[in-house]
Amino acid sequence: MVPLSWYLILSAILFCLGVSAFLLKRNIITIFMSIELMLNAVNLSFVAFANHWRNLNGQVFVFFVMVVAAAEATVGLAIIIAVFRTRETLNVDRVNLLKL
Amino acid sequence: MFHQILFIIFGAVCVAGAINLLAQRHPINSALSLVVVMGSLALIYLLLGAEFVAAVQVIVYAGAIMVLFVFTIMLLNAGAEERTRGSHIALWVGGPGVVVLVGMISWIMFKQLGEVEIGSMVNKTDNTHGIATLLFKDFLLPFEITSVLILIAIMGAVVLAGRRR
Repeated sequence: MVPLSWYLILSAILFCLGVSAFLLKRNIITIFMSIELMLNAVNLSFVAFANHWRNLNGQVFVFFVMVVAAAEATVGLAIIIAVFRTRETLNVDRVNLLKL
Repeated sequence: MFHQILFIIFGAVCVAGAINLLAQRHPINSALSLVVVMGSLALIYLLLGAEFVAAVQVIVYAGAIMVLFVFTIMLLNAGAEERTRGSHIALWVGGPGVVVLVGMISWIMFKQLGEVEIGSMVNKTDNTHGIATLLFKDFLLPFEITSVLILIAIMGAVVLAGRRR
């Protein structure tokens, strides 16, 4: 069988790649996608621990994380559309005012 | 043994997709590599005996959320991103930093839980049934609160993205 630490290491690798994509990318949509990648990495460790402790609570938490991620993606993409409408750019370096 | 081979294959696909997300300049390529990551994560959930989570992962993440992303990219006609000076500095400082962070976490995991094995999934046939029981008995209030949250998110999206008069 696969050891628990393999799943956690895969989760850590995905999370760190998500963090680095969040910091390196300059396109606001790609930054949003790296947030989704980080949430997926955390979900993987939730499911691995749920399996390890023989407890389904972890999988229910994954369900809630997915719901919150869906809500966050909806509102975030709406904000991106609103920002693009006034700024005409998706580069985060050029969006330096909170004012719409 | 069979599980380990499958885990290594899909884990490698996952990491390759995540690296491709980081490497691609055009957002649509990043979105498609994120779909690859989510699909192979669903297969890893199946290896862990979580059928319900795997199905929801494919339907909600790889289906709904990524369609929303691709739709926004198409709607805004997003082109390749432009590099700035700050992102070059972040690349040379942050790249080794991420490698060091992954190495430290992996070392701690191997040291703490190196020999902990995950049990077999033979008698776990009532996964979805157990989740439904938990969700509608123990977690009923959080479940209802998340439905209100989704409703508020829909209204917020309509208000924010709606055309201004």
